[in-house]
Amino acid sequence: MGHREGMEVSIAVSHAVQLARAEAIAAYPITPQTHIVEHLSGMVANGDLEAEFINVESEHSAMSACIGMSATGARTYTATSSQGLALMHEILFIASALRLPIVMTVANRALSGPLSIWNDHSDIMAAKDIGWIQIFVENGQEAFDHTIMAFKIAENSNVLIPTIINMDGFILTHVVEAHNFVDQDMVDAFLPGYHPRHTLDPKYPVTMGAFAMPEIYTEVKMKHQVTLMNSYEHIVKVWQEWGDRTGRRYQPVERYKTEGAKTLLLTMGCLGEVAEIAVDELRAAGEAVGLVKLRLWRPFPFADLRQALAGADLVIVCDRALSPGGAAPPVLAELRSAFYPLSSRPQMLGFIIGLGGRDVSPDNFKDILKRAQEESSHGPTQEFYLYGVRG
Amino acid sequence: MSKPLDQMTWQEIELGAILRTPGSAREYRTGDWRSQHPVWTKSRCIRCGVCWTVCPEPAIIQEPGGYFDMDPDYCKGCGICARECVTGCIAMVPEEE
Repeated sequence: MGHREGMEVSIAVSHAVQLARAEAIAAYPITPQTHIVEHLSGMVANGDLEAEFINVESEHSAMSACIGMSATGARTYTATSSQGLALMHEILFIASALRLPIVMTVANRALSGPLSIWNDHSDIMAAKDIGWIQIFVENGQEAFDHTIMAFKIAENSNVLIPTIINMDGFILTHVVEAHNFVDQDMVDAFLPGYHPRHTLDPKYPVTMGAFAMPEIYTEVKMKHQVTLMNSYEHIVKVWQEWGDRTGRRYQPVERYKTEGAKTLLLTMGCLGEVAEIAVDELRAAGEAVGLVKLRLWRPFPFADLRQALAGADLVIVCDRALSPGGAAPPVLAELRSAFYPLSSRPQMLGFIIGLGGRDVSPDNFKDILKRAQEESSHGPTQEFYLYGVRG
Repeated sequence: MSKPLDQMTWQEIELGAILRTPGSAREYRTGDWRSQHPVWTKSRCIRCGVCWTVCPEPAIIQEPGGYFDMDPDYCKGCGICARECVTGCIAMVPEEE
């Protein structure tokens, strides 16, 4: 088994990509993702990673180059953030439609404007419908583990869907954490080489990315939808195998002290650990509160969520993005939609927190819990709350 | 193509909707997009082939005598041939007439 070492999480992720033996990388630097591809570029230049590294002039080109490289059958990786993800946008749909198992880290960062380099989830929430598998991690160890696992998920012959690992910008990317590494032999045994079902090969020509007439477009979309939903079982299997090999187990929906909890917080990403502190303190004070953390965002884990939230009267959904003019922020909207058909469902209140890098403390979570319980007792005054906004 | 597009089920779609048969776009006849079509006046045609050269489809056929005509299956009626004809021998005629 591997060693334990403290290092910046971005660098640990670049080592995960190296251990996964990525063969092709195209990337453009953007804060706070830059350190990942910077280190990969160094590894390739120094001969420590046998891969093609293409420097491109934009993220639009980065994803385009990744599509081309993945289409030749190469194990392909890239990373981006915020404006970079937005600039890739139209190409992201093509990567998933062509069923190319590209793995991408998104160092989540607020979108302009106003210009902000700091962390929230507005970048990925604007890209939730791109048809990729989308996973959130909470700390450096998870970022490392899920980067390697993402290749095995994406490349599964029953899946073949590109996969995004979301890690919070700065709060994760730029902190130094202790990581339990795995050794190359273990990764090689866990993650065999990528065997594409078809590639760009002059000997066996195929057309990729042809237009679809109205007679067939709906069927193509249906196939993608079914495959993405069915990828769930393969994702869980890959996480299971990793757990068996490393002892680190992951679930689509993680529960923290939910036993007997009538009020639940729901978070995504690194704020889960902050919310745990609030839950610990409130539990110690005798309050029946718990925490649910949504790890798998696409495909949306309906059954796990329905199970995890079943015993609660009140669920407080903490979004890190706004859906301007919409019915609810993105995560709350999905949850309400998923629970609406059920005859018995908890009340759901939404709090938008941590926009554009604003700190969220355990005390903030305690305050949110208190306010939500008050709002719930007399009936909510708003559809959702922009927590901590002045004025 | 294994069967007509409008009969294929979603389960029959190839992975990534790839096409294995080269040139299958030929099966899609774009001629029914047309609202007008080119008509050559042979007495003024010098058989220079400019229309054939500029047709973007290409949907202009050279006949045995060297004169040109449209391929009705693929001509979209764009009118570039008429615009570029050196002698002005091509007229665009509305489909209904």
